[in-house]
Amino acid sequence: MSAQTMAEKILSRAAGHPVTAGEFIEVRPDRCFTVDDTIGLIMKYHAEAGIDRLTHPERLGIFCDHYAPADSREHASDHSAGRAYARLHGLKDFFEVGTGISHQICIDRGLARPGELMFNSDSHTTTIGAVGCFGTGLGAAETAYVWATGRIWLKTPPTIRIELTGALRPGVDAKDACLALLRDHGARLATYRAVEFHGPAVPHLDLASRMTLCNMGVELGAKAAMFPVDQITIAHFAQLGINIDLESGRPDRDAAYERCVTLDLSGLRPLAARPHTVDNIAAVDTILGIRIDQAFLGSCTNGRIEDFRAAAAILAGRRVAEGVRMIVTPASALVLEQAMAEGLIQTMTRAGCIITTPGCGACAGLHLGVLGDGEVCISSSSRNFQGRMGNPTASIYLAAPATVAASAVAGYIIDPSDLR
Amino acid sequence: MLISGPALMLGDDVSTDIIYPGRYLTIADRAEQAMHALEGMGPDWPALLRAYPVLAAGWNLGCGSSREQAATALIGAGVKLVIARSFSRLFLRNCINNGLPVIECPAIVDRLATGTAIAADIGGGAATIGADTIRFAPLPASLLAIIAQGGLLAQLRAGGRP
Repeated sequence: MSAQTMAEKILSRAAGHPVTAGEFIEVRPDRCFTVDDTIGLIMKYHAEAGIDRLTHPERLGIFCDHYAPADSREHASDHSAGRAYARLHGLKDFFEVGTGISHQICIDRGLARPGELMFNSDSHTTTIGAVGCFGTGLGAAETAYVWATGRIWLKTPPTIRIELTGALRPGVDAKDACLALLRDHGARLATYRAVEFHGPAVPHLDLASRMTLCNMGVELGAKAAMFPVDQITIAHFAQLGINIDLESGRPDRDAAYERCVTLDLSGLRPLAARPHTVDNIAAVDTILGIRIDQAFLGSCTNGRIEDFRAAAAILAGRRVAEGVRMIVTPASALVLEQAMAEGLIQTMTRAGCIITTPGCGACAGLHLGVLGDGEVCISSSSRNFQGRMGNPTASIYLAAPATVAASAVAGYIIDPSDLR
Repeated sequence: MLISGPALMLGDDVSTDIIYPGRYLTIADRAEQAMHALEGMGPDWPALLRAYPVLAAGWNLGCGSSREQAATALIGAGVKLVIARSFSRLFLRNCINNGLPVIECPAIVDRLATGTAIAADIGGGAATIGADTIRFAPLPASLLAIIAQGGLLAQLRAGGRP
């Protein structure tokens, strides 16, 4: 058998035979989840297809994160129907309103493991590649099909190797590295491809940074984005008391990559994605002064404790500018608890921030911070498409947590190092 | 499978937020979803789309959210074929797995503008525009079979196996 990339290795295991890039295969995932915005369709499809038995309920789970707590009777009914469906079929996992975003929970609780194949009806499932897991999104019909049969077709993707060199300067974030990749290569770099992150900078990137990079892998078009298992991965699972298979989450030494691109982290400055595409990148200091109405700290991209620390360091002893609202949404209940224990929540509320229930929050454009007509938002999330935050006339700038917090204080977009 | 009709042309990087805004995600009925198909382009677009059985676009069509309604709303609106220079992965899967034929071929899109009539044999890998025939790589037979049956769930209903 020839040397394999992580994608080839993980999909070979899931297919039950060796696979190589380009092959159409049938796989059996280790886990297949759905989020609340898709459960209604899954149940409808099962009813229409006469499915009354799910093949592997121990592999399935539901997360209430996209509109939790519910903002409407329809959304509340999705949650209650999902609860009933989980009970009826004995699904292994049901994560309640307030627990947080699926991808964060998958990492926090060790549901995502190296060498495994995980599906979730959410495009940002690539996030869990941070621990060497092949995570990818599915649509509703596909998820319903996997829940019914335990299997589905996939195309084995070729892999792009991203070499990270140098070290991030203080005040520059993994988010800026994501934006730099989008600046250098555009949003189509990795369409249909898997991405592996390698290089001398990797041992110095913590789990949170890896999650951010894998999360935004999907904005580069990637089907999955992964970090090979190393000491940081091992420490994460040791803390959770979970045994992992190290080699299953690493590529073979001579694996064949379709392409290799390099990013030097040491040269990076704070960046932002301007409306309305993720690869419309500018250095923050070149768009200085753009007035904002809302700042959003949260999402599966940047709603972690590390992001809260970065924002709180800016907000400490300062106030959010008059006429600006800063909305803070922890990625999970664990993040919220930790932020309270560290005093970060108090720092942020004193600065005038609004703290919401853990979950997807304003990013999905459904509740907890929908934008008004013509408003401008700077957000730590990963998508600035027109209409994304619930209003097609609004404009969204994407940036790192420190840039979001600094801009909230100034009332306009600003590089955190320029904040007085 | 032969599909023909006039095309409606979109640009590059049209996201699923544009094709189907998130605030309509609770609508399950495809005919009702169709009332919002392409609403992100402007309020007139859902009605405009009705006249075009073929939707064409540039690069990276359907980027962003995994929302399947972006594909099913198009089906509800009577779209029979989607052609793009390239597709975002999730949108491509959502089309195929709900039975909506797709063609990925820059050379075809080069020849299209809104109103251009096209006829395409998606299994045979040939499209006709005016007097010209343009070849493209057809999908593998297993995926064409999913499309022919009307999607993955229709295949399950029929007791089929991929």
